[in-house]
Amino acid sequence: MQVAALPEVDVPLIEVRHVKRYFGTKDKPVRAVDDVSFAIRRGETLGLVGESGCGKSTIGRTVLRLLECTAGQVLYRGEDIGALPAERLRKLRSKLQIIFQDPYASLNPKMRISAILGEALSTHGLAKGPGERERRIAELLQTVGLPPEHASRFPHEFSGGQRQRIGIARALAVEPEFIVADEPLSALDVSIQAQVINLLADLRERLSLTMLFISHDLDVVEYLCDRVVVLYLGRVMEVAPTAELFERPLHPYTQALLAASPKPDPLIQSIAVPLKGDIPSPMAPPSGCVFRTRCPHAIDACAQTLPALDEVSPGRFSACIRKDLLITAAP
Amino acid sequence: MDTPAPAEPPRLMVRNLSTSFPTEDGLVRSVADVSFSILPGKTTALVGESGSGKSVTSLTLMRLLPKTANAQVSGEAPFVTREGRTVDLLALGDQEIRRLRGNQLAMIFQEPMTSLNPVITIGEQIAESVRLHKGLDRTAALAQAKRMLDLVEIPASAQRLHEYPHQLSGGMRQRVMIALAMACDPTLLIADEPTTALDVTIQAQILVLMRRLQAETGMSILFITHNLGVVAHHADDVVVLYAGRVVERAPVRPLFAAPEHPYTQGLLACLPGKVRGAGPTRPKRLFAIRGQVSSPLSPPPGCAFEPRCDHAQARCSQAMPALVETGASRQARCVRVAAAGVAAAA
Repeated sequence: MQVAALPEVDVPLIEVRHVKRYFGTKDKPVRAVDDVSFAIRRGETLGLVGESGCGKSTIGRTVLRLLECTAGQVLYRGEDIGALPAERLRKLRSKLQIIFQDPYASLNPKMRISAILGEALSTHGLAKGPGERERRIAELLQTVGLPPEHASRFPHEFSGGQRQRIGIARALAVEPEFIVADEPLSALDVSIQAQVINLLADLRERLSLTMLFISHDLDVVEYLCDRVVVLYLGRVMEVAPTAELFERPLHPYTQALLAASPKPDPLIQSIAVPLKGDIPSPMAPPSGCVFRTRCPHAIDACAQTLPALDEVSPGRFSACIRKDLLITAAP
Repeated sequence: MDTPAPAEPPRLMVRNLSTSFPTEDGLVRSVADVSFSILPGKTTALVGESGSGKSVTSLTLMRLLPKTANAQVSGEAPFVTREGRTVDLLALGDQEIRRLRGNQLAMIFQEPMTSLNPVITIGEQIAESVRLHKGLDRTAALAQAKRMLDLVEIPASAQRLHEYPHQLSGGMRQRVMIALAMACDPTLLIADEPTTALDVTIQAQILVLMRRLQAETGMSILFITHNLGVVAHHADDVVVLYAGRVVERAPVRPLFAAPEHPYTQGLLACLPGKVRGAGPTRPKRLFAIRGQVSSPLSPPPGCAFEPRCDHAQARCSQAMPALVETGASRQARCVRVAAAGVAAAA
């Protein structure tokens, strides 16, 4: 993708280029994220899916520079946010926000809701003056479906679903363009999940938000995202538009992941043979393709080379050397 | 599955089970008047959201509620033992229940890391239960432990036997929990959210394993979960709980095909996975059950679901509707289906 040559309008809002993030020591690194690239277009919701330890949350944080990359770049409107000086980065933060997974851990228990939301406003110099500030806080609470009188309450007075709404209100307070939603639903009950999904979908439309939606729940991703990036052990396995990915997954890992997720309908046959084995440690990933140790289609060559993320058909990328499987999988 | 089974007595029946806890703010009824049964070799799923009383039900049945909770329990739970005796789990003495628990009654929990002892090797932990209940000596018990690890498909079992829980992955630990539960060949396994902490590909492995063991041993399973996808594929009968009460009971296929209680209907309608395959006609908004579960300290006067129900009528807020038969082994607690049931019977 030759981004630099394209006119400004076509520059993706967020571009992640060959990002690596290693933890641990130099000689024994934990490769949490290993050479991941993708772009998010303006107004798009990109889903990031994978099992625990695949690097989803680490990517979410490096995109916002809450974590520095070990290598690679994150571009916001074509500008490398890793190279920004602190002052400019802080200004930029109002454009880039995050919603966290655990609504119990991500709100300060000693602060009233008005202070939690007000802090975000004053940090970025928005809503000057107390009258304006109160009006804005009331407006934010209404946006996320909470009564404005709740501004004087403390987090413990709310249920999990309501707290997640407050987390969303805080992210929206600074009028962001881009939101990373890191498993925003997984701590919530099913009936409350649907409320929050609808809220996110509404807000996205009303405020024309761009979103990176991180989840392990494939059903939610299918419902909410335009495109999906499938990760395994810190690497991208497949990238595809949502409908096509769920219709015809190309990568063996995506196929296994979709087959393993039970559909809420007893008449749909579930899979007979699940994937064997466990996810390998990111401290000692397998040579070649990281998925080969569990892949039902692995051949000797899979251990030799790192498969490239090839464009298989327009807009569809898969990192697998077994191109012969694509032919048999074709309809 | 719709044909009634030949009159085999259920392995466990639960009749009018209620569990309440005295708190500073008053008595909290966590489980109220819950009845269901589990047939031999079958799986009954207990479904509900947090606070619906799923786990309290299972802990009450296993008599595992802490003494300090001062729980007030009423009801009956007749259980048919391996020897063919019928005993009431809620009325047994401490000695007797201890003899059944870990032996004929086994339980696996959601978080395998917190349910295994971190300072004892997994082989020892399995062997302990076999020694206690089967009276095997050390060597024989350890050999049995190895057979159990093989049974749950743990590779290199001879070596794993001498490892500690922290040396295993989450999926492996849950396999060890299952090996531990299966060690004395139980006839009833209570599985409390056994796959919730696991990744989907590992969840699939554990579910297939549990199915295989059930087919081989003929044990009954009480499967507690909030995951309706898992229920759809791994349960025979489903009990839906809301605010501590059974709101609907049905065999799995009829339940998913035509849920009768508005809460079950809402629960199934709000799943994003249900939208799959709808193609271009997919709805822009998901159906959502509005509001939230009311506090157990101030339950609504009538039906517990009334404040969130789209079909609520004036009489719904007057009295708790009864759980009524609505068809072949189906029950629902709603004034609307009650009326339909009476009309159909007339």
